[in-house]
Amino acid sequence: MSGLFGLVARRIAMGFLTIIVISILIFVGVEALPGDLATAILGQEATPETVAAFRKELKLDLPPHVRYFAWLGDFLKGDLGTSLANKRPVAELIEWRFANTLFLAASAALVAVPIAIILGILAALYRNTLFDKTISMVTLSTISFPEFFVAYILIALLSVQIIIFPSISNINEQMSLGQKIYSIILPCLTLTLVVVAHMMRQTRAAIINILASPFIEMAKLKGIRRLRIIVLHALPNALSPVINVVALNLAYLVVGVVIVEVVFVYPGLGQLLVDSVSKRDIPVVQASGLIFAAVYVSLNLLADVLSILTNPRMRNPK
Amino acid sequence: MAFFKLLRQSPLSARIGLAMVLINIFAAIFTPWIAPYTETEVVGDVWLPSSSDNLLGTDHLGRDMFTRLVYGARNTIAIAFATTILSFLVGTIAGFFAATLGGWVDQLLSRVIDILMAFPTLIFALMVLSVIGTSITGLIVVIALLDSTRVYRLSRAVAMDIEVMEFVEAARLRGEGIWWVMRREILPNAMPPLVAEFGLRFCFVFLFIAALSFLGLGIQPPLADWGGMVRENAGAITFGILTPLWPAGAIAFLTVGVNLIVDWFLHIASGLKD
Repeated sequence: MSGLFGLVARRIAMGFLTIIVISILIFVGVEALPGDLATAILGQEATPETVAAFRKELKLDLPPHVRYFAWLGDFLKGDLGTSLANKRPVAELIEWRFANTLFLAASAALVAVPIAIILGILAALYRNTLFDKTISMVTLSTISFPEFFVAYILIALLSVQIIIFPSISNINEQMSLGQKIYSIILPCLTLTLVVVAHMMRQTRAAIINILASPFIEMAKLKGIRRLRIIVLHALPNALSPVINVVALNLAYLVVGVVIVEVVFVYPGLGQLLVDSVSKRDIPVVQASGLIFAAVYVSLNLLADVLSILTNPRMRNPK
Repeated sequence: MAFFKLLRQSPLSARIGLAMVLINIFAAIFTPWIAPYTETEVVGDVWLPSSSDNLLGTDHLGRDMFTRLVYGARNTIAIAFATTILSFLVGTIAGFFAATLGGWVDQLLSRVIDILMAFPTLIFALMVLSVIGTSITGLIVVIALLDSTRVYRLSRAVAMDIEVMEFVEAARLRGEGIWWVMRREILPNAMPPLVAEFGLRFCFVFLFIAALSFLGLGIQPPLADWGGMVRENAGAITFGILTPLWPAGAIAFLTVGVNLIVDWFLHIASGLKD
């Protein structure tokens, strides 16, 4: 059992290391800016005095490694610096937007995961029938569609042709949970459609893979019913790949949310990131980039750890 | 010819896919002859419905939508294609080097790429573009480098399998250089999976550039580009005008086409017979 613990601990340590390296990359990326951040923001016509004052304000006069550790230390304490665009603390800008992003991603996951797994199992069960072929054709198309295409089709259908859902998902803190859910229905549906396609295809592939193994053949020869074989024999063994698929898609969801947020003008972290990139508001870009990366890395880490835990064969890598 | 023989045995879905891709390539090559107007010519009022003058109506500045769509095919496909080529050049060369040299070269490259792959691509691209600004060259280089990590993974794995074959050993014993071995022994044998991957990566890069342009950080106006055109015309949808669906649909059309071909190709490459 200690081997298992060591394996998981090593994987978690790798995850932390990755996040540290990413934070260095994010920091160095800004260092590599041609010229200087101060001149880039103030423009060419700024006087040397204002540039010097601004450099001091951004602490650009200190050596890079000192600034990196100061930045990281502040970040861990929750002080994310101040926005260059509106001089407000970054933490204040990010906090409720991040909560909104998680709310949207979690709602989409709550709808998408059960649908994807059930459809995946059904497609594997009735594979090569008309049902399976239809689903596979539909999901292949949804994967090929850009998120905004799906989003605008949904808007055109459900908020312009038939006016049932709002095309802009404005939410604020005063709203009740019901109102919030109503206003995120379209973005949630968009994300669900995109993610279900991926997840369902991979679930189907994982289960079909298991169905080819000898013990399933044995179960069939014993005359056990198809559904029972799938639920009791195939599913427990497919659990590891399926959990992996779900965690990876959740990671995809958190990042894929960026475009959907922009389409529906949803006040989330992705929208903030895109706005800040076009305004070159570097502190906000750095902070939100690091948060997105940390969530993404953690979910990938979770996928790895869960598949180690659910698949005994992975505990003894060759 | 072998290709036509293969085509005759191809399933219907692959033929549909091929037709979809050919329409796009045709539009991209013969752009000025197909498009009734020039790329940035204003021909009428804003968001006109389709008529005999403007096949698909006009856009948010009164330019002909059909013309913009055809020019968009040329710009968007050319940039995505250039990016994918660059990504494959970097990715396969690095991957083959890692597989043939092994040792610390392999270790170093693989660890660096592991970390780059742990970073969500869209977020990474957004951050880099916020620093270097948006230019077409920058866009191509950034996306190609990010995407080459995936190509590296595949080409390294494929080359590893080929590298241990007797004919590679024979070539080495003959005293052939590493570059010769990579080019003449490994590359031809690694072609089938790499070609299928090229289709997949092209789709990914194409959608990725479209997404960045949609966010306003990719190809910049007045250049016609499908992702950017969706963004520019997005406001129309709330008035029940379906203009933004044309470029978005064009993106979907091309990616579905490429995916259908890739599916067929993977089927052949895996040696499955129905």
